[in-house]
Amino acid sequence: MKTIIVVGNGMVGYKFCEKFTTQSKNKDFKIIVFGEEPRPAYDRVHLSEFFENQNAKALEMAPAEWYKENGIDLIVDERVSDIHRNTKTIITAKNRTFTYDYLVLATGSSAFVPPIKGVEKEGVFVYRTIEDLEGMLAYAAKIKAKNPAAKAAVLGGGLLGLEAGKAVMDMGLEPHIVEFAPKLMPRQLDSRSSQVLQLKLESIGLNIHLSKATNQILGNGAIVGMEFGEDDVLDVEMLVVSAGIRPRDELGKTCGLEMGVRGGIVVNNKMQTSDESIYAIGEVALYNQMIYGLVAPGYDMAGIAVEQILGKEDSVMVEDIDMSTKLKLIGVDVASFGEPFMPASKGHSIIFENKTQHLYKRINVSHDGKKLLGGILVGDASDYSMLHQIYLNGMKIPEDPSQLILPASDGQAAFGDVMDLPNEAQVCSCESVTKGQICGVIESGEAKDLGDVVSCTKAGTGCGGCKPMVADLTSATLKSLGIEVKDSVCEHFDYNRQDLYKIIEVKGYTAFNEVLDNHGNGGHGCELCKPLIASLMATIHADTANKEYAIQDSNDRFLANIQRNGTYSVVPRVPGGEITPDKLIALGQIAKKYDLYTKVTGGVRIDLFGATLNQLPLIWKELIAHGFESGHAYGKSLRTVKTCVGSTWCRYGMDESVSFGIELENRYRGIRAPHKIKGGVSGCIRECAEARGKDFGLIAVEGGWNLYLGGNGGANPRHAELFAEQIDNETVIKYLDRYLMFYMRTAKPLQRTAAWQERLEGGLDYLKEVIIDDKLGIAEDLETEMQTLVNKFECEWTQAVNDPEVMKRFNHFVNSEEEDDNIVFVPLREQKMPEPWV
Amino acid sequence: MEKFLEQYTTTKLEDAKVWFKAASIKDFPKDGGACVKYKDKQIAVFNFERINKWYACQNVCPHKMEMVLSRGMIGDDKGLPKVACPLHKKTFSLENGENLNGDLDAIATYPVRIEGENVYIGFLE
Ligand code: SRM
Ligand SMILES: Cc1cc2nc3c(=O)[nH]c(=O)nc-3n(C[C@H](O)[C@H](O)[C@H](O)COP(=O)(O)OP(=O)(O)OC[C@H]3O[C@@H](n4cnc5c(N)ncnc54)[C@H](O)[C@@H]3O)c2cc1C
Ligand code: SF4
Ligand code: FES
Repeated sequence: MKTIIVVGNGMVGYKFCEKFTTQSKNKDFKIIVFGEEPRPAYDRVHLSEFFENQNAKALEMAPAEWYKENGIDLIVDERVSDIHRNTKTIITAKNRTFTYDYLVLATGSSAFVPPIKGVEKEGVFVYRTIEDLEGMLAYAAKIKAKNPAAKAAVLGGGLLGLEAGKAVMDMGLEPHIVEFAPKLMPRQLDSRSSQVLQLKLESIGLNIHLSKATNQILGNGAIVGMEFGEDDVLDVEMLVVSAGIRPRDELGKTCGLEMGVRGGIVVNNKMQTSDESIYAIGEVALYNQMIYGLVAPGYDMAGIAVEQILGKEDSVMVEDIDMSTKLKLIGVDVASFGEPFMPASKGHSIIFENKTQHLYKRINVSHDGKKLLGGILVGDASDYSMLHQIYLNGMKIPEDPSQLILPASDGQAAFGDVMDLPNEAQVCSCESVTKGQICGVIESGEAKDLGDVVSCTKAGTGCGGCKPMVADLTSATLKSLGIEVKDSVCEHFDYNRQDLYKIIEVKGYTAFNEVLDNHGNGGHGCELCKPLIASLMATIHADTANKEYAIQDSNDRFLANIQRNGTYSVVPRVPGGEITPDKLIALGQIAKKYDLYTKVTGGVRIDLFGATLNQLPLIWKELIAHGFESGHAYGKSLRTVKTCVGSTWCRYGMDESVSFGIELENRYRGIRAPHKIKGGVSGCIRECAEARGKDFGLIAVEGGWNLYLGGNGGANPRHAELFAEQIDNETVIKYLDRYLMFYMRTAKPLQRTAAWQERLEGGLDYLKEVIIDDKLGIAEDLETEMQTLVNKFECEWTQAVNDPEVMKRFNHFVNSEEEDDNIVFVPLREQKMPEPWV
Repeated sequence: MEKFLEQYTTTKLEDAKVWFKAASIKDFPKDGGACVKYKDKQIAVFNFERINKWYACQNVCPHKMEMVLSRGMIGDDKGLPKVACPLHKKTFSLENGENLNGDLDAIATYPVRIEGENVYIGFLE
């Protein structure tokens, strides 16, 4: 039994363990891993996601149990402080000694902090670990509490600096990027693309300061500003230093391994240091006189070290390491691959630039015009994966290479199909997964869908940049095998939602059992197919959820959203967010009477929480008497149409956004759809109603409305796409009727418009053909169907409170008038909340 | 919390000593459930009309200890009758109470008898 000690439990150290266990099954080896950080290795590449949810667990590469299950001793929170090569031992900061046969140094690097006067001040951070981020969050909250308009700067306009800038902006601080060089991302971009990027970043609110050398950090204890020269000062209350990285090579230095002149532990192509039983991998290793600050080369190094230790002598690191990168700043596409800057002696460049749209694309092509040597994409990097693959695999390029970057005139992409890639094309560089492997697991039957492909091959689990390509390859391979991508709704039906829609429409079914008996698999339904069929029947026959209540989803069944303790919330409709003082008073009085917790929702209306089942009809009776109706907050149906005040009051308003918002909300209220639908109407491009974050959004412009479709908040936010410009109210309604109905007919269960639209074959252009040009000849049907739904609208709460039979549904017990005595509320500020779950 | 669950023990048809007359058949939705109060207990009762069977179980969901199962949706999992909790859709066999999509404790089930128009639930005491 031989012992391998791994120093450093970062991304690469972890990858070493993972590759080692899959390849060796650990039979003859014992692995001990030391990590200085207080937790197991996590995904540093996606560190910024920590700001969104502060969920460190979600970033873990593998949970602590994984190490245990694989017989690896993971020792966190303990730094290795010394190596004694003569006795093959290491000593830790807790003064413990361990003996190794092989030592793997994966100590990574640390953020480089330039020796500027004052950098030690409070409020100066680096951006490397979860603890750094926690510190930043706490500090940002502190300074914002004192000064809501607080500013923060990032020192360094490179890949990481820009990511930090976005993070600072998301924390609600005014973001400033300070860069020493005269351009942003100097290592990846040429000056023109850098200018385009700058314009784009400025348009989303980042302030950029170029050619600035920081002389000192000002402040007495805590930072209050940065000084660049006399009279050149930027007032900031926080600073994030992102000026590059320095290898954590101190162990190598003290034990006398060969070091690079500017740091880094020298390794050969076997990842061996000058001591053959010591390996170095990841950001601490100096290979070909370079430190590679990217995760993919680190993973490759881990793989080589594993194979070397297992005796596969001929497995060595490649000479040329691909340094292509894609910036993952949400909302700004930037990528560079191969040789981004190329001297004219090696080939020629083709450049496409459109500053108004913040677009810049450059490709470098060999003199004979046959090979792609590299390139830069700013503003739209959607073709990055494909261009990168063409470059990596030396694939043939079109005779007119400009087709690779020019907007296609005929909608035809210049580079054909993903299936044209050679089998050895490395699709996922983080996990080294080739096209052949991806297609292979599908062809062998091991994987049946995208989820299987990801879990069998690990493709897409690293930086995630290759995901779209993995998805395309998966569906193309499935198609080529003649496998219909099966999406039947559940075990009780062999049909998908769209099939069932047609079946119910044609046969006119009005009861769940009819559909099940005639088209099911002989079972009795479940929580997946029942609500779906309820929703389809509601869409097709304009029924309310009172129709067959036992098949309705839990919330629809009681026309209210069930809460943590089994009580319900009550959300009356407030169309467009407009509400009279009398109605506000009524809401307040009713809430008070029934002792309901009250808050304004994210959908700009008022939610009353904590109603028991028995109270629901009583509360609604009173609301209806005051002129309210159901807000359908519980249904897969229209929620709200958020409006800004518009030209009615606002000095910038171009149109009456409130009036139009109310009209739209009243038009589409109650209709049942595959998922919830939200709208927004803004009176001008300042966009105070966040219309582009909604399923449908309208922005008033000179000469009419711009219509945006397919926006979404939620876990995967997406801006709605511009669909039509300067159209009048009538045209908006016409297009919306068609769009929503088309979505209701064809989407998958629980698929929002954004996801549906994204996966629509032919994309937005196809959608325009169907809706504007009526290519399928169904526009009139769609409009008629929608009009029927609009005409048949009935408030389901009004129906319910007027029907004694329906009212019976709201008793907690069938045999008693009593309420559920298990419900416990505890005080919360001046209101109440359910007792927390243990 | 443990104590709270202790009140509910699976009762086999042959062990039932007390038959509690809960309500009339028509008080229960077809292919759905409602809650019955018996002493300090809350019992979810389901009329699984499609297969012509009645089921009863504890109303409390062992996931978060809320009194909600009677408001859940019923159906089958490869032929096995089940109920899905309305809060997080954990599903339980109506035959033996087993959690079908997780490793929660099984819920207690009770025998149901129909006499004339009335629904009776069987208890140990
Ligand atoms: C009450 C409210 C939070 C609040 O206190 O402000 C809320 C509460 C819930 N949201 Fe929400 N969302 C609320 C506004 C929003 C918004 C903001 C908005 O509408 O502008 C969003 C992002 C915008 C969007 O939808 O695109 C939002 C995105 C979600 C999502 C993610 C949807 C997605 O497509 O990714 C879910 C999950 C889902 O529906 O599957 C969700 C689900 C839920 C559920 C239903 C979770 C649940 O199953 O219990 C919550 C129901 C609470 C209840 O019983 O009332 N809620 N939710 C807001 C009610 C708005 C209203 O007046 O109807
Ligand atoms: C915010 C951010 C965004 C990034 N984005 C990208 C990206 O988009 N694409 C990309 O390719 N790369 C990206 N990177 C870089 C990527 O994270 C690194 O290349 C990768 O983490 C390097 O892995 P590593 O294991 O070599 O080093 P690390 O992940 O730094 O791990 C080294 C570990 O060793 C520990 N350690 C050091 N010395 C000792 C010791 N003596 N004893 C015990 N433990 C020790 C350290 O505490 C650390 O936990 C990003 C980095 C950051 C910070
Ligand atoms: S209200 Fe929405 S965001 Fe808030 S906890 Fe519930 S689902 Fe999550
Ligand atoms: S409380 Fe029943 S599933 Fe969570």
